[in-house]
Amino acid sequence: MPTLPITLNRRPATLIEQARWLCRERADATAVVLVEHEGDRRLSYGAFFEGAARFAGALEACGVQPGDLVGLVLQHGEAVLSGFWGALLLGAVPSIFPFLSDKLDRERYFDSVRQLVAHSGVRVVIAGPELHAPLRDRLAGIPSLAAVLNVEAVVQVQGAAPLEEYLNRHPAEADATAFLQHSSGSTGLQKGVMLSHRAVLNHVAGYSAAINLTPDDVVVSWLPLYHDMGLIAGFIMPILQGIPLVLMSPFHWVRDPKILLWAIHHHRGTLCWLPNFAYNFLATRVRPAVIHGLDLSSLRAVINCSEPVYAESHRIFLEQYAYYGLRESALATCYAMAENTFAVTQSALETPPPLDVVDRRALMEDRRAVPVDNGLKLIIPTVTLVSCGVPIPNCEIKIVDEQRRPLPERFVGEIALRSDSMLSGYYRRPDATAEVMAGGWYFTGDMGYLAGGELYITGRKKDLIIVGGKNVYPQDIENLLNDIPGLHPGRAVAFGVFNESLGTEDIAIVAEADTDDPEARADIMREIRARVAQSTDVTARYVHLVEPKWLIKTSSGKVARRANRERFIETVLNRIPEQRG
Amino acid sequence: MRDQLRDYIKTHMIKDPTYPLKDDEPLITGGLVDSFSLVELAVFIEDTFGARFDDPELTAENMNTVKQILGNIEAKL
Repeated sequence: MPTLPITLNRRPATLIEQARWLCRERADATAVVLVEHEGDRRLSYGAFFEGAARFAGALEACGVQPGDLVGLVLQHGEAVLSGFWGALLLGAVPSIFPFLSDKLDRERYFDSVRQLVAHSGVRVVIAGPELHAPLRDRLAGIPSLAAVLNVEAVVQVQGAAPLEEYLNRHPAEADATAFLQHSSGSTGLQKGVMLSHRAVLNHVAGYSAAINLTPDDVVVSWLPLYHDMGLIAGFIMPILQGIPLVLMSPFHWVRDPKILLWAIHHHRGTLCWLPNFAYNFLATRVRPAVIHGLDLSSLRAVINCSEPVYAESHRIFLEQYAYYGLRESALATCYAMAENTFAVTQSALETPPPLDVVDRRALMEDRRAVPVDNGLKLIIPTVTLVSCGVPIPNCEIKIVDEQRRPLPERFVGEIALRSDSMLSGYYRRPDATAEVMAGGWYFTGDMGYLAGGELYITGRKKDLIIVGGKNVYPQDIENLLNDIPGLHPGRAVAFGVFNESLGTEDIAIVAEADTDDPEARADIMREIRARVAQSTDVTARYVHLVEPKWLIKTSSGKVARRANRERFIETVLNRIPEQRG
Repeated sequence: MRDQLRDYIKTHMIKDPTYPLKDDEPLITGGLVDSFSLVELAVFIEDTFGARFDDPELTAENMNTVKQILGNIEAKL
């Protein structure tokens, strides 16, 4: 029986060493199937790495050396995959940047790319033809930057070394940084998570064991590659393990969600990772007429990851797709973060994740998860939490209090982890690294509890809002609104409110305005919404203007997000007629 | 048709029935509607007016204002 090349007992030293093995042993096997508007396009491992070698040649011609940073500003497609591996073959450090979307304001987007390139000391940026010229202009004068490379020029590079030569160089050691994952956060300095070759390969070994990955698996993904779930589960792991990856663009999927389902059907997909909102989206936004004859029975796991998991989202997804062969046992969960390469915990495959029904009051007030017996469920208000599973191999977790002292089972506290796949640090941010790492542990900032070895998440990093799998920091939104005429500077607050029908959070903004004129108020609301969309690429669902002094402040004079969120829910949200039904 | 469409957008998407939505106000680039909601809007349009939008048509260029959407619906009826 064929086995996987990377296991807990057998790991190559670097990603390049694994590329060499793949080119030797799997040259004709399918590496990637790209689902494109024109149809599917298959790339063998041989062809895939030939493409990567062309990028390596082009990068080398720009003077890229081992350890140099390479930024990829590319649409989802073959170029971003080959560009990433082209940099890796040189021992350089690739990083995929989010791509410009319909909503984002071009100028602000270019500013954020410029800031990132300048701060990280990026050596070469690779861009598509559509953004190459403006990016070249906007990035001019950054001392570290040698070139902005147009992908169209890459194919014309002459004199590149053959693939074989790149595979036989040894430009990186196991502890060298393989790539950076940029944590989200729309403004300010993004933190680049440094991951070594050793950490990435340990992770692939450990996570493959956690999901019982086999050579027969087929991964199907629409996830963006600048996010850990898409980059690791939807690209790095299947490529390194020599199993086929069926990949589509997130922009394509969001407009046409059925393409994911048909890709699973046509390629007999076995594994798919999705953020919680995608379960609701797929359950409610795909018309039965367009999935006639669909067969999802090949799926052995659909893994819910990267935003809070809701039992109801699983239920409606299963209700919609059981008819098409989706098995309940395929529903799985995972808790993950770029700082651990990707997964921290994973629920057991082939059985749905356990649910924990606990006393709502004890959870909120005493920060304890007290189970409620079946008989009492009708009398005591409860919360149902879905387990995110148990730690993956070679990963340990503990729950700690505010002084970072361990807490017993069923006590809610901060989740800390220690593993063989952790970040080496944040790139050029020793301050940020020291804040979260101590004594070999990484302190996640997320809140949760352990029960029977299973991890339950109760809250994310302080005030973080997760919209459709995308992390949004409220302070980033609030900072955008400071200079809007008619608003009191510093008197606006942003927070998330759960939207049950979408299975994710909505962004709400409450701001104090000093005018009663309806026209002027409408203009302020327009400006708020436009700024949020153009800068952060998310939509503010609720924009609510209030009179001065409405917002609750803390004793230090700052606007209290949590208290204002409660007040908004109570006095505004619960009174919108449509919300009540 | 115009009023029904405007009401739907105001109530379900902007969550503010009193919002003075203009016909030429940019919905997507203006941050009123996101790409996920466009699919929802298409379902509403098909159920209410019988005009069917295929998923690839649901782009910001095509559906950015009430006026544009109405024009697209009328062209299909």
